[in-house]
Amino acid sequence: MKVAGTTGLIMNEPLLWEKSKKGRCGISIPESDVPSAPLDAEFEGEGPDFPDLSEVDVVRHFTRLSQWNFGVDTGMYPLGSCTMKYNPKINEKIAAMPGFAGAHPMLPPELSQGTLQLMYELEGFLNEITGMDATTLQPAAGAHGELTAMLLFYAYHKSKGEKRSKILIPDTAHGTNPASATLCGYESIPLESGEDGILTVERVAELMDEDTAGIMVTNPNTLGLFEENIKKIAEIVHDKGGLVYCDGANMNAVMGVVKMGAIGIDAIHLNLHKTFSTPHGGGGPGSGPVCVKKHLEPFLPVPRVTKDGDRYVFQYDRPDSIGKIHAFYGNYGIQIRAYSYILTMGQDLKRASQYAVLSANYIKEKLKDVLHLPYDRPCMHECVFTDKNQEPYKITTLDMAKRLIDYGFHPPTIYFPLVVHGSIMIEPTDTEPKENLDQFIEAFRSIAREAAENPDLLREAPTVPKVRRLDEATAARKPVLCGVN
Amino acid sequence: MAKEISELTLQDDVRYTEDHEWARKEGGAVKIGISDYAQDQLGDIVFVELPEVDSELEKGDEFGTVESTKAVSELYMPLGGKVVAVNEALADDPEQVNKDPYSGGWMVEIEPSDPAEFDAMMDKDAYLEMLKGL
Repeated sequence: MKVAGTTGLIMNEPLLWEKSKKGRCGISIPESDVPSAPLDAEFEGEGPDFPDLSEVDVVRHFTRLSQWNFGVDTGMYPLGSCTMKYNPKINEKIAAMPGFAGAHPMLPPELSQGTLQLMYELEGFLNEITGMDATTLQPAAGAHGELTAMLLFYAYHKSKGEKRSKILIPDTAHGTNPASATLCGYESIPLESGEDGILTVERVAELMDEDTAGIMVTNPNTLGLFEENIKKIAEIVHDKGGLVYCDGANMNAVMGVVKMGAIGIDAIHLNLHKTFSTPHGGGGPGSGPVCVKKHLEPFLPVPRVTKDGDRYVFQYDRPDSIGKIHAFYGNYGIQIRAYSYILTMGQDLKRASQYAVLSANYIKEKLKDVLHLPYDRPCMHECVFTDKNQEPYKITTLDMAKRLIDYGFHPPTIYFPLVVHGSIMIEPTDTEPKENLDQFIEAFRSIAREAAENPDLLREAPTVPKVRRLDEATAARKPVLCGVN
Repeated sequence: MAKEISELTLQDDVRYTEDHEWARKEGGAVKIGISDYAQDQLGDIVFVELPEVDSELEKGDEFGTVESTKAVSELYMPLGGKVVAVNEALADDPEQVNKDPYSGGWMVEIEPSDPAEFDAMMDKDAYLEMLKGL
C-alpha cells in the first residue's frame, strides 16, 4: 500500500525565550508626537517578560512550528464530533474584503448597511436550513449557544409565571450540555439511551414532569445515530409544558434532509465553524448561532437586525429579551465565511450532508470486520468503533490512534463518547474523496494486522513525525505555563 | 494497557461499591477511595476534586470528581456521613491514586451516619464476581 506519511527535512526550533537576544527588535516604533506625562506610581513596575526577536526570528519560528503540525490543509482529519471538513479559500477572500475587514463595530447602522444585510440574510438562511423561525448570531461557539438556549428556556418559563429546576440530558448528548444547563441554574437529570443507542419514548415519559424545563438532545447523537423517536419525545416534553433543545453540533449529517422545526425542536444551535466550514481547532474563533421557533423569538438577545423599509437597523427595544450575550454582534468574521459557504454551495448543501453520511457508512462497513462495532446499524456522519478486538494483544485505542499518525492521518476522536468503552469515533466529513477514504481504510486494516503480529510497533508509535508520543499525564499534572522557568 | 482481572489488587480489609469506590473502617471513622480496577480503567489521573471538610453527605451523593487523561468521572459516597478529613496530598500528587489506590490514594475520611450502610457493601469476593460479569 502507498502510505501518505513520509519523512522529510524538519527543522528543530527552540522556544522564543531561548532564541531571544537582548536588544533585538523587529519593528521601529515611530517617534511619539504627543508630550509624555507621568504615570501613577501604582501602575509602575516590571513589564511582562517578552523575548527580544527580529522579524526573521519570528517568521521562521512559526513557519517551522507549522511544519511540525497537521491540519485540514495537510491531510484527512477524521476527528469525530468536530467536523474537520476542508475550508474553501474563497471564504477567506470574502472575509478579507476591505468593507468587511475594516468595518468597525461602533459605526452607525447607516454606514454599515452591507454588514447588516449579511447578518440579516445569514439569519434567514439558517432559519431555512433548520426549519426554524428566527436566529441570533451572537453566541461565540457551541457551548455558548447551549447556554443562550437555556437562558431562553428560563425566560420562557418565567414569562409563564413558572420556575422549573431540572433538565433532561441523555448519556449520548455532548459533554458540554450539563455544564451549560448548570450555569443557568438547572439540575441535569441523566437520561439513559436504549439498547440500540437511541432514546426511548418510555424512559423520557418516566422522567419528564412539570418541574422539568425540557430536554437537551444531541441529534444526530454522539454515537452518530439519528434519534428516531424524537417526534414522540418532543410531544411528551411539550405535553408537560417543557421545551426541546437540539444540540446541532452534528448538523453536518442532516442539512436539507431534516427540518428541525418540523420534528418538535424549539431551539437549536449550529456550529458555523463545523458545519459551515470555517477554520477551527486550536481554540477558535467559533460561532454558535441559535435558531428558535416563534414562541421563543421575543426572548432572543439584543440587538436584533431588522428592516425598516429598505434600511437595515438594530432593534434594541425588546422588553422580553435576555439581553446581550456577546460584545457587539458575535464573531462577525466567522459569520462572513459561513455566509460565503452557504452561497457558494447553494442546493449542494444537501449533497454535502449526503456525502458526509455516505463516507461514514463506507468506512464503517469496510472496517467492521477488523474493528469491533458496538452498534451495527446505519450511522449518520460518524461511526464509533472500539478496541475490543485488539484487547487480546493488549493494544488500546490510544495505541492505534497514535499509529495512524505514522500513516499520515490525523487520529480520530478517542475515548468519547463515554458510553462506549475504548471508543474510536471517526468522522470523515463530506470533503474527502473516495481514494482518501480507501487509503485511510487500508491504513487502519494494516494497523489491525500489526496489532496482532507486531504490537510493539503500535506501542512505540508514532515514530515518523518530529514529535513522538507525548507524556500527557505529566503535562496535565505539572504544566509549564510560561516560556521560561 | 488494561489489567486482566487476575492482575488486579483487591484488598480484604475494605468493602466495595458497584461504582468501584472502596470504604475501610478505621476506628469509628471510615476512609474512602477508588479501587484498583477503577484507577486502571481511568488511566493516568491528573486531578482529584474533593469536598469541604464538615460536609454532610448521603449514600450515593457525589463527593468529588477524578480527572484522568481520558475523562472526568464523578465519585459517589459508598455510605453517608460527615467528612472529617480529605487527602490534601492528592492536590500535588494525584498519581498516588494510580500507584497506591488503597493507602496513599485515599480520598475522604468520614464519620458514618449509619454503620449498617457499611455492612451492606460488597466484600472482596462479591466485588470480584461483579467484575468478572462486566
